[in-house]
Amino acid sequence: MSDKTLTPEQAEFQDFCRAWLQENKPAPHPTPLPQAAYEVTDPSHLTYLTEWQAKCYEAGLIASDLPKQYGGHGMTDCQQIASNEVRSAGVPYFINWIGLGMAVPTLLECGTEAQKETFLPPIFSAEHIWCQGFSEPGAGSDLASLQASAVKEGDQWIINGSKVWTSLGHFAQYMLLLARQDKNDKYGGITYFLAPMDQPGITVKPIHKMTGESGFNEVFLDNAIVGDHLRVGNVGDGWKVAMATLTSERGAGVGVGAVVGESPMAVMQQVIQLAKDTRRNGQRVWDDPVWRDRIVKVYERTEASLYNGRRARVKALNGGAMRIPLQGKLTGSEISQSLHQIALGILGLKSSLYVGDEHAPANGKWPLGYMNTYTGTISGGSSEIQRNILGERVLGLAKSK
Amino acid sequence: MTTPKDFGFDDDINMLKDTYAKFLLEQKTTESLRPSLKGTEDPYHGSPRPAYFDTQNWQKTVELGMHAVAIPEAQGGIGMGLVAATALAEEIGRYALPTPLSNNLLAAFILRQAPTDSAKQLLEDMASGLCAALALYGEDGSLEADSTDVQFSDGKLLGSAWYVTDAQKCDVLIVAAQCQDGIDLFRVNRTDPTVELSPDRIVDLTRDQARVAFHATDAEPLTEQGQGSRCLNLALPALLTLTAADIAGAAEWQLQATADYAKVRHQFDHPLGFFQAVKHPIVDMMIATDETRSLVYQAAAAFDFDPDDAARCAHLAKSSASDTAEFCANRSTQLHGGIGFTWEADVQIYHKRQMHSQFMFGDGVWQRAKLAELL
Repeated sequence: MSDKTLTPEQAEFQDFCRAWLQENKPAPHPTPLPQAAYEVTDPSHLTYLTEWQAKCYEAGLIASDLPKQYGGHGMTDCQQIASNEVRSAGVPYFINWIGLGMAVPTLLECGTEAQKETFLPPIFSAEHIWCQGFSEPGAGSDLASLQASAVKEGDQWIINGSKVWTSLGHFAQYMLLLARQDKNDKYGGITYFLAPMDQPGITVKPIHKMTGESGFNEVFLDNAIVGDHLRVGNVGDGWKVAMATLTSERGAGVGVGAVVGESPMAVMQQVIQLAKDTRRNGQRVWDDPVWRDRIVKVYERTEASLYNGRRARVKALNGGAMRIPLQGKLTGSEISQSLHQIALGILGLKSSLYVGDEHAPANGKWPLGYMNTYTGTISGGSSEIQRNILGERVLGLAKSK
Repeated sequence: MTTPKDFGFDDDINMLKDTYAKFLLEQKTTESLRPSLKGTEDPYHGSPRPAYFDTQNWQKTVELGMHAVAIPEAQGGIGMGLVAATALAEEIGRYALPTPLSNNLLAAFILRQAPTDSAKQLLEDMASGLCAALALYGEDGSLEADSTDVQFSDGKLLGSAWYVTDAQKCDVLIVAAQCQDGIDLFRVNRTDPTVELSPDRIVDLTRDQARVAFHATDAEPLTEQGQGSRCLNLALPALLTLTAADIAGAAEWQLQATADYAKVRHQFDHPLGFFQAVKHPIVDMMIATDETRSLVYQAAAAFDFDPDDAARCAHLAKSSASDTAEFCANRSTQLHGGIGFTWEADVQIYHKRQMHSQFMFGDGVWQRAKLAELL
């Protein structure tokens, strides 16, 4: 049944998405996929996921609302519908999540016409995988202290330095790169580039996470070359452009497609089911009122996030355009972490059984997922940085630094 | 989700909310309350606090038609739904207003569930400005809305209702009583000589509360054959949502007041908000408030547009609101430091209102127990 609040065109598109996803849902890959796009390291997973994203793009589920000249499908107010349907269809995630979630909004807001026309279509089709080169070993939460240098030589820039936590760096054709053209100007000394990864000056070395998985990397830039036509925005405007990128990363951007796997509510429902299915001390965990209260509290917050998303678009009720969107990344990641902690609690000692153990519930999905929630609470500006941003930009409190 | 994308906040309701908010802003509500508190501060030696009733404010509320928002048109009201009432309740909370309007809104949603002529008559009387309060609780303040200690037999009410809010402001009481067939609701004149009012000394300065004893009181049935429980259960989502909306409005005030204070108060050469130990909990107040507000709007919209989902959404809203009330009250006082702990600061007025609201119609734990049954 279609949502009653949709226009006839939207309702028709929603029906199309549902039918299409049903019909084209790919058979599972012979080996299980990692839980999220940023953990993919197996090349056969890459091929499988690239094909899936290309197919979705072709069907109109990606770049639905964007103009045709940029490779979009030229529809109106349909992307949200497609993204919702993709999220709830139980299909694989989109591999090119940095491209879709960060490169696209950055290019749309700050890119030249030529950059948009060249780079957007292959992002949608996953022909070009993108990675992000912002953080450095010495520049994490204090991102603007980054040191990678950019020196102009003719119509090229020579880049030296190193980047860290670079998800998908091992597969990427392009990197969203911040580098410093002026050492003496902290914010105004940064320029934003689209750096080709396939060149001798770039070396990618994997980093292993606490889960044992890889997926992110350290990237060494040793006289790497980037053409001046691949600069986004003016020289010295990199920080401003980066803010556009980070705003999307933090859940405030327009969004061109679903990049995550399961929706928070789908995971929530699994945890409720887990509590109903797990017996300990002679009863179902769900029948223990203490556990039930903890579970339902997270259910309440998950629902609140959903309706926050809706309220953000209601001008009379949102308390300002950025107040709710800027909370999205912080609350989403923290709620997910609480939920996974509860899942481990429901399982008790069974949660000690990890991926690959034949007795591990859901093949170790819960302890693995729990550890991976720190990706959400640390990357893209840690929860502590998010609270600074919210306090300063939304509530007008004094800047902490 | 079959509720409207704007949660049913159409132009009419936005205008209603703005009109009422503007009116309350002009009323300087906490300032007007202050004189009535003089001499009552000391709980050991001070004089008992009289029920504060700004009759002019109530008169103006009636003139504006706010009292009749949720009364059906057929009974002389405006005939709007819970979304409109929620908009008003949120403003009442934001201004910590001692007003019988809250209970009149609750009463309207209860009476709307009763098919009797007597219930319609009471709605009509309320549309003309008659003020109603709810006498639903027994001594244990049990969280089930229909657990009353009052008995009805041979046409008379016997026993006591506890925790009756606005008891001293109202003209009539809607009383839940045990009858042969279950629970029914009755209309009682507050000034009836067999009705004995014992005002409670309560923490909350913005509400009055009393124990009401019925000594063989004549009562007019508003429901019949034990249909009172059904009415209360059908109205419960509205009662929860309106109480949660009051909390959301007050929490937003607490958030803004605390953020404002953190901008002007300086220590260690910086405004307090510079320090993350202060900044971050203020942000957490905003997050809690926003979650509650979204759930409140959704609960109101569900009641009006998607009734099958109304109970779940209302329990969600009050679950969130009760926890937000506790959290925002706690942080608002703590982050104001010494001044927040004084009688002089308005922070205490809101803090105590939240302490009261938190437990009205069930705290967070009870809401979640109810929710669990639906999951």
